[in-house]
Formats: sequence, structure tokens, C-alpha cells
Amino acid sequence: MAKRIDVNGLNAYYGGHKAIEDITLHVEPRSVTAFIGPSGCGKSTFLRTLNRMHEVTPGGRVEGEVLLDNENLYGPGVDPVQVRRTVGMVFQRPNPFPTMSIYDNVLAGVRLNGIRYSRSQLDDLVEKNLRGANLWKEVKDRLHKPGAGLSGGQQQRLCLARATAVEPDVLLMDEPCSALDPISTLAIEDLIDQMKSRYTIVIVTHNMQQAARVSERTAFFNLAGVGQPGRLIEVDATDKIFSNPSEKATEDYISGRFG
Amino acid sequence: MSPTTTASPPSTGRTGDRIFSGLSKGAGIALLAIMAAIAVFLTARAVVAIRANEGNFLTTFEWNANADPPVFGIAVLLFGTVASSLIAMLLAVPVAVGIALFISHYAPRRLATPIGYVVDLLAAVPSIIYGLWGALFLVPRLTGLYEWLDQFFGWTGVLSYDGSPARSLMTVGILLAIMILPIITSVTREVFLQTPKANEEAALALGATRWEVVRMAVLPFGRSGVISASMLGLGRALGETMAVATVLSPAFLINLSLLESGGATFAQNIASQFKEAGSMGRDALIASGLVLFLLTLVVNGAARLIIARHKEYSGAAA
Ligand SMILES: Nc1ncnc2c1ncn2[C@@H]1O[C@H](COP(=O)(O)OP(=O)(O)O)[C@@H](O)[C@H]1O
Ligand SMILES: [Mg+2]
Repeated sequence: MAKRIDVNGLNAYYGGHKAIEDITLHVEPRSVTAFIGPSGCGKSTFLRTLNRMHEVTPGGRVEGEVLLDNENLYGPGVDPVQVRRTVGMVFQRPNPFPTMSIYDNVLAGVRLNGIRYSRSQLDDLVEKNLRGANLWKEVKDRLHKPGAGLSGGQQQRLCLARATAVEPDVLLMDEPCSALDPISTLAIEDLIDQMKSRYTIVIVTHNMQQAARVSERTAFFNLAGVGQPGRLIEVDATDKIFSNPSEKATEDYISGRFG
Repeated sequence: MSPTTTASPPSTGRTGDRIFSGLSKGAGIALLAIMAAIAVFLTARAVVAIRANEGNFLTTFEWNANADPPVFGIAVLLFGTVASSLIAMLLAVPVAVGIALFISHYAPRRLATPIGYVVDLLAAVPSIIYGLWGALFLVPRLTGLYEWLDQFFGWTGVLSYDGSPARSLMTVGILLAIMILPIITSVTREVFLQTPKANEEAALALGATRWEVVRMAVLPFGRSGVISASMLGLGRALGETMAVATVLSPAFLINLSLLESGGATFAQNIASQFKEAGSMGRDALIASGLVLFLLTLVVNGAARLIIARHKEYSGAAA
């Protein structure tokens, strides 16, 4: 179930290029934390260090520690595959498996666990997670049709259902609404609100209204200049960040007075 | 620019268009006409032979097309062609998919690139070279393997072996497998490389191991590509002439024991008989060639059907 995240002195590299530097951040369980900042400041990179997806990129390398309820994800002997089963992720572009039905998409991760379920248990899992993603009513009559036939917003909710079906402790979302229309965006935001009682949620967004709407805490990232690594400037309660930030850079960015 | 932009473009462009469309239409019609002429010619010759045939074209087990009256049938050829090509497919497709996966998803780049080159290079080796290599190198070395197979699987009948030189349909199948391996590998590799990154990442983020990523994202996405590549290979195996003619010890019979020498295939039979054949003999060979052509068509049609059935789930729908 929902776990706390403690990041201490984290650096991440792409080959020789240091993309983020010295990030220390604490995230409470059952909360929503938003990452904001100009593009290229390393929000996605940082997010992907939280489920060890960063090292999938050729040359990707991480220094420092990420503790999930006091267990270091980068400790010796920790299997990245196991980490990714506990820390789920939703991507910027909806990416359901095009070769699978809606039903099989929801179960894609579940089937990796090697546990054998009965047909009715699987049906229940599918229904529960599709309901959890507010998608059940729309797709219950076409569960065995391809997931790629859904609209973008429906596909993204299908990806959410797929991510929750493995019962992760943490859900990471990288600009999950940036490819969606406003109505689908609202649907996802409602969903985040409902899900925060069960998961620790971290969401990257370029949309500050969205950060204000969905998150309790907001972390502002910035980079000193082109080619410089991104840094965490400040993290605080969301209303504090948007009304009275401690840092000048944050205020400039919030108010749109930014390069 | 004058305001009348909707006016016709300069007439030179029009003329160019007209010439080009005339040329391409002409070329298309000429192509169709030539193909129709070939088909009519071949069919007419084949019909002459089949009319004169005293045997049954489908079930007779001999090929005496030059005799008077001619007696010939394609049963032996069909068996030899299908058996050797099936062996080739069974051996080549899994290996090719394995190599393609290794190159596209497992090997480090500095290894993957040279392996890819070697595979592409193998595809360019002329088939007579494969034939000579098969006859001189492969045949003597396979007797041992066949004796071993006979010892353990001889009871099946299909894998029994009498110690004759290994110039059998099995040897042909193995050689064909090696010959079609590069083309299947290189096409499948291209398809696997096109797996959407987003889908591979989705699988990884769900906690998939490398092999599970391959199973969830790469193989399903590449499925129709693998089928097409295999059909390409099968087409080559069905029609392969020189290599088969060099390796196979030609005997016009059906020997269910695939390891023992003897047998014949459509293409090999045409190549080895055509020179000595009289007019009726040639017409009979043409008839057998048409059957091979039909066989290839059927195989391709079947492949298309399989691909079409899964179109809804193809990566292209994403
Ligand atoms: N796959 C990659 N290879 C090399 N550099 C990358 C890669 N992805 C991102 N970067 C670099 O890392 C930095 C941070 O990028 P990113 O994390 O995508 O920022 P954000 O998500 O905040 O826009 C940028 O300088 C970017 O150029
Ligand atoms: Mg990003």
C-alpha cells in the first residue's frame, strides 16, 4: 500500500551529461505531489529515477538514493523489475498495447506476476480497475476489442487501469494530460483525486492550473542555463507555492515572468 | 502573382503531366499484356500435355513424358517440394526469429551491427554456391547425424535411415533452411526494430523482464512481419532449383523416410529434365511448373489471410 518516498542527494546522467543534480525531496504517502518547471529542467528524468526507468535509456546512470519506506531502490541486490512492479507509471502519450484487447491490456501487468487466477477472478480484476479508472461504463460491452480503438482520453484511463491493476504503492505520471482534450483532462484529474487515498502519487505537469487543482504539494525545478543540470528549487504546500513562494525564481515562473 | 491564381498552370506542366500519364498507362497495359501472353502460352502448352497424358496428372508416381504415349504425374514432385520446404521452414523460422531478436533487443550495438552485416551478406550468396557447399561439405557430414536420428527416432518411419549417401529430402531441407535463414532474419529484424518505444517502455514500467517485454510488445507487434518474412523464405524454398538439383540424388519416388536418398522437387525436376526433353516432355514440365506457381499463390494467399485476420490488432492501428 501507499509508501513514503525519500530522495537524498540524487544525480542522474545521460552518458556524460548530468541532467539533474543533488535532488533531495520527501513525499508523504497518500498524497499528490506535482512537479513543475520549464521544459528540459529534468522533471521527466527525475520521475523516471523513482521507478528505475531512467537506466533503461542507453547511458542512463543514477547516483544517490531513493528510499521507499526506508528501502533504497538503488541498494545492492535490488531488482529493478521488482521496483517497477511496486512503482507504477503513466506516460505522456497513452500507450496501450496495440496488439491486445482492452481486457488484456488491463491484465498485462497482472499476468507478469506468475500467479494463476481463475477466470472469474480475472474478470473481477478487470472490472474493478476499469471502474477505478472511470472507464467501465464506456467499455464494458467491448472488453475484447482492441484498446487502440479507444479515444485518447479513454486510452489514457485504460493505461491508468493497467497501472493500478498490479496494486502498486506509488503511481508516477509524466504529463498524463498533455495529449488530451480538456474534458478528458478533467476526467483524469478527478481520477487522481479519487486515487490519492490509496496511492502515493507524483505527477509532472506543465499546466500550473492543473498542479493547483490536483496536488497538495508542489516541487519547482529549474536549470541555471543551457547544458547545466536541473535542480530542485523549492518544494512546499501547493497553495504556498502559488501564493507566496520562498524563492524568487519560483515566483517568476509562477507569474509567467520567465525567460 | 496575379489575382487569378485559379487559372490553369503553365501549359508545359500540363504537357509533362500528359506525357507521364501516357507513359505510365502504356507501361502498365504492356505489362498486363505480356503477363497475359505468358499465361496463355504456358496454359495452352500445359493443356496439350495433360490431354495426351495416359497416366493421372495428380496421382501417377512416374515421369515418362517423352514416352509414347506419355505417362506422368506430379505426386512425387509435390511430396518432395512440400516436404523439403516444410523442413526448411521448421528449422529456419525459429532460428531466424531468435537471431533477429538477439540483434534487435539483446546484443550490444557493437556486436549487433556486424552480425546484421554478416546476415545480409549471406543473403547475397548465389544458390549454386550453397548447392556445391551442400554436396561437398554438408552431405558427408550428415550421415553421422542421420545414423544417430535413426537410432532414437527410427521407429517413427519418417526418420529411419539405411546408410545411403545423405542426398535426401532432409538434407535438401537443411540446406534450404540455411539459404532462407538470412532473408527471414533480416526482414524480421527490421520489423522488431520498429516496435514502438512507447510499448516497450509500457511493458518495462509494468515490471516486465527483457524476455517479457519481447513477449508482450515485440513479438505481437512483429507477428505479421514474421509471417510475411517466412512466406518470402518459403517462396524461395519452394522454387529453389540449383541447390536442390546439386544435392538431391534424383529418384522419382516417394520415400516416407526423409533421411534416405531420393525424391524430386518441381524446380529440380524441370531443371534436370528440360534439356533432354522432347516437345511433349517440355509441355509436361511446363504443366508441373504451373502447379508450382499455383502452390506459391496458395501459400501467399494463406499468409495474407492470417495477417488480415489479425489486422484489427496490428501495430498499425495504434
Ligand atoms: N534520452 C536522452 N538522452 C540524452 N539526454 C536526454 C534524454 N532525455 C532527456 N535528456 C536531457 O536531459 C535533460 C532533462 O530532460 P527532461 O527530463 O526530459 O526534462 P523535462 O521533462 O523537464 O522537460 C534535458 O537537457 C534533455 O536534453
Ligand atoms: Mg518531460
